[in-house]
Amino acid sequence: MSGKEYRTITDVKGPLVFLNKTEPVSYGEIVQLMLSDGSIKNGQVLDTSDDQVIVQVFEGTASVDRQTGVKFLGDVFKLPVSKGLIGRILDGAGRPRDGGPDIVADDMADIIGAAINPYSRQSPESFIQTGISAIDACTSLVRGQKLPIFSASGLPHNDIALQIARQAKLVGSDDDFVVVFCAMGITAEEYNFFVHDLERTGALENSALFVNLADDPAVERLITPRLALTAAEYLAFEHDYHVLVIYTDMTNYCESLRQIGAAREEVPGRRGYPGYMYTDLAMLYERAGLVKGKKGSITQFPILTMPGDDITHPIPDLSGYITEGQIVISRELHQKGIYPPINVLPSLSRLMNAGIGDGKTREDHKSVSDQLYAAYAQGKELRGLVAIVGEDALNERDLQLLKFADIFEHQFLRQSRDEDRSISEGTLDLAWDLLSNIDTKYLVRLDQKWIDKYHPNEKSGKEEE
Amino acid sequence: MSNENGLIYRISGPVVTAVGISPRMYEVVRVGDEGLMGEVIELHGDQSVIQVYEETSGISPGEPVIRTGQTLSVQLGPGLLTQIYDGIQRPLPKLEETMGVFITRGVDADGLDLEREWEFNATVKKGDEVSSGHVIGTVQETETIEHRVMVPPNVSGKVKSIKSGTFNIKETVCVLEDGSEIAMMQEWPVRHPRPFVQKYAPDVPLITGQRILDFLFPLAKGGTAGIPGPFGSGKTVTQQQLAKWSDAQIVVYIGCGERGNEMTEVLDEFPHLIDPNTNKPLMNRTVMIANTSNMPVAAREASVYTGITIAEYFRDMGYNVALMADSTSRWAEAMREISSRLEEMPGEEGYPAYLSSRLAEFYERAGRVQTLAGSDGSVSVIGAVSPPGGDISEPVSQGTLRIVKVFWGLDAGLARQRHFPAINWLNSYSLYPQALDQWYRDNIAPDFPEVRTEISTLLQIESELQEIVQLVGSDALPIDQQLTLEVARMIREFFLQQNAFHDVDTFSDLDLQYHMAKAILTFQEEAKKAIAGGGQLEDVVNVPARTDLMRGRFEKGYAERISDLVSEMSKQIDASMEAN
Repeated sequence: MSGKEYRTITDVKGPLVFLNKTEPVSYGEIVQLMLSDGSIKNGQVLDTSDDQVIVQVFEGTASVDRQTGVKFLGDVFKLPVSKGLIGRILDGAGRPRDGGPDIVADDMADIIGAAINPYSRQSPESFIQTGISAIDACTSLVRGQKLPIFSASGLPHNDIALQIARQAKLVGSDDDFVVVFCAMGITAEEYNFFVHDLERTGALENSALFVNLADDPAVERLITPRLALTAAEYLAFEHDYHVLVIYTDMTNYCESLRQIGAAREEVPGRRGYPGYMYTDLAMLYERAGLVKGKKGSITQFPILTMPGDDITHPIPDLSGYITEGQIVISRELHQKGIYPPINVLPSLSRLMNAGIGDGKTREDHKSVSDQLYAAYAQGKELRGLVAIVGEDALNERDLQLLKFADIFEHQFLRQSRDEDRSISEGTLDLAWDLLSNIDTKYLVRLDQKWIDKYHPNEKSGKEEE
Repeated sequence: MSNENGLIYRISGPVVTAVGISPRMYEVVRVGDEGLMGEVIELHGDQSVIQVYEETSGISPGEPVIRTGQTLSVQLGPGLLTQIYDGIQRPLPKLEETMGVFITRGVDADGLDLEREWEFNATVKKGDEVSSGHVIGTVQETETIEHRVMVPPNVSGKVKSIKSGTFNIKETVCVLEDGSEIAMMQEWPVRHPRPFVQKYAPDVPLITGQRILDFLFPLAKGGTAGIPGPFGSGKTVTQQQLAKWSDAQIVVYIGCGERGNEMTEVLDEFPHLIDPNTNKPLMNRTVMIANTSNMPVAAREASVYTGITIAEYFRDMGYNVALMADSTSRWAEAMREISSRLEEMPGEEGYPAYLSSRLAEFYERAGRVQTLAGSDGSVSVIGAVSPPGGDISEPVSQGTLRIVKVFWGLDAGLARQRHFPAINWLNSYSLYPQALDQWYRDNIAPDFPEVRTEISTLLQIESELQEIVQLVGSDALPIDQQLTLEVARMIREFFLQQNAFHDVDTFSDLDLQYHMAKAILTFQEEAKKAIAGGGQLEDVVNVPARTDLMRGRFEKGYAERISDLVSEMSKQIDASMEAN
């Protein structure tokens, strides 16, 4: 377009600039603001009409005045994409942050991203082994899934995300994952932690980082994940990579969304978050998956910290309705000194059934997982009872379950940060060992044929005969 | 008309304001140079406010807006079944063909294949008097479903000519004496209910094969049910189970604002599933509407109307139709989003003030009716609700519960214990049993209602006993109450829990459900006798035959074996008493 510069700003409010203008401007168009000190800010059109245009300024509106020049660039926001993104660190608006040269673009990709036709998707069903028993056994992850980590401040969600990034692999395949890491408003310290770990394990060369830190403009956070996902889509669907997208922290993203909503004086939904937050989050989370006829895949690990540990807060709540399950980090387990402190009871993987079983993990996986859940849930419930009436009031079955809950936490959940357990020998066999502390007749979730085949006592009993 | 073309004045997300046209409310318009589809939702002075069914980035003020004169309608005729649509009846496979795996915009697609030819068999002849809704011929649409071609609305008269043979759906197959030409396809505006003669009270159950639903909280054909539940409690799985196993002849499944991968699972799985009633692929009787959460929000708003109009159309042919909407909360949120863009005064939690009337209008389109042709058809509606934080005091759940007659309350606690389906038996309800009891007595067993009452009473007693157990432990209870707890545990673990992913357990017919419930009552009776005769509770509970009875439900041929297993159990319980 013309590149004509307007000096018709009427109002500036929070991150928004309102201006009158003369020529039609497209919805979603990219805008440049030329400040009197010569610096340039970027923005995007949020609302446009014949009389007024509202621009959201990514870098914030500090020093913008009525004399600021505004240029409409005639295009929607695009990211230069190429394989060269791998190994690079970019800032929250997609500019190099690592001192390297600009990305040489093979293509310019619209960052909003189009919805995948549900008919063109391919069902995710390849099990990803993370080497973490709690996840592999109870909330199994599959390629193409979006599985957020619901955490809270002070919990080791970053360690878990990194351990997953490090250890994730397909059983019986050498395909590596490319990691796209997207930071939204995290501290420099957290960022360094991620980068150092990726460097230490050599994964950095296989990663693309998009970084918006806590002191970077808050509004920019609204585009950072879109850039990351655009890069991920390009790598997955144009270059056949299997991409693991880790983004943290979704809570900061939603705060920025609320900030814009408030500045526009929109009618707020729950707790002041905009009514369209569900749709907005869906437009990020739904950019995971596999499509027919393409080899690559996008698997997402969004991390969000639940304000006040409250899982019913709008951010985890709306996320949970879109993502295919969740991994819930528990403060209680963390305080008991158990790493990873994953509370398997509220955790869930919706795509688990498609990815486990005979030929994928092991035939008994589903039964074992159900039994672990049931036994642990009942054992935990009994702890409450014991606190009131004491262990003496329990019958034999309840005593065994109570004991199992402790064994489960200390031997099954607990593992070291570098411990990579294989699904069959490492995780499922361990589960059978631990379940053998409960009398077989109480293990109602296990099919008899699996008991005969895998139960340590029954198995050895048979061998002796 | 001079006002057919206008210009865009303003764009804000999916809401576009146009000037220079004066359309009717809910008229469909074409927006911008790309001709995006939109619907007029507000008239304001010389401005018309339009919700656009496609992404609006890159559209500018000053681009054209063109009236079509039509309201949002669906195409109805042979070719609907097995089809997969987006929210505005564009076939998804067709969209893939024209724009690849990503849904871009500005592409039109007919809901029905206009070229495809069908074998039409006339069922009326020259000289017959026909009127709106009257069946004039049939088409074998799929292996299992015969499509009945009906006289379109507002058309009636004497048949002048009609011919059987092979036609596409736009060709005239019948001419009336007043010159009206009838083709196999008709159109209907989605926001208007299709007409019928009268509504009947439902008195036949919709059999779903899900034990807790059929046995304790049944839904009638033509009834309405709501399934509220927090995320992860199994709403979608329950909806899919209903779509798979319910004994409706036609199923309309609306995936409204839900997950893409989940929709794909349904799309992948359904063609391979066999209908237990006909032994033919389930897809033969299914129409799917998939509008995932990241597809345009206005099309999500329209999707439930598209779905129910298709359901009504099959009802008018005299079929029993079941419609699943997953999830109505997403639909309500779409309304909220559009409403807030219109800057309307919000009601509760930001939802528009008309939320509950829209919900009521939608559910009211369910029912068992006498069709215009005089036959009997029904639409049953099952709506999932996704209350934020699982708290059903929110407006969508409350608005739904005021209307529906069946409430299947999903419970996060049960889901956490992996008790599936995680339907809470204490707070769920159905208002249909009274109307349906006679049917059960006539068709399943004369004492069916009594058995149900006994089972639900046991569950009720258990919940009271559990409160005591929480305080003093189960050993402190008298032995007969300990037995009640065991029986209730058996109801929960053997009867109410049902594994949707297990080949055999996924479906139980009513007969088997009845026998399983009876087996539990037999156990209670025998155990009581044994204990009265000096037997130990532990021995009675642990007889191997009871375990066999309970585990047996996962094996094929269970229905044939269950009575043998029960008598074996009785024998062993007797023996355990004698051993003492």
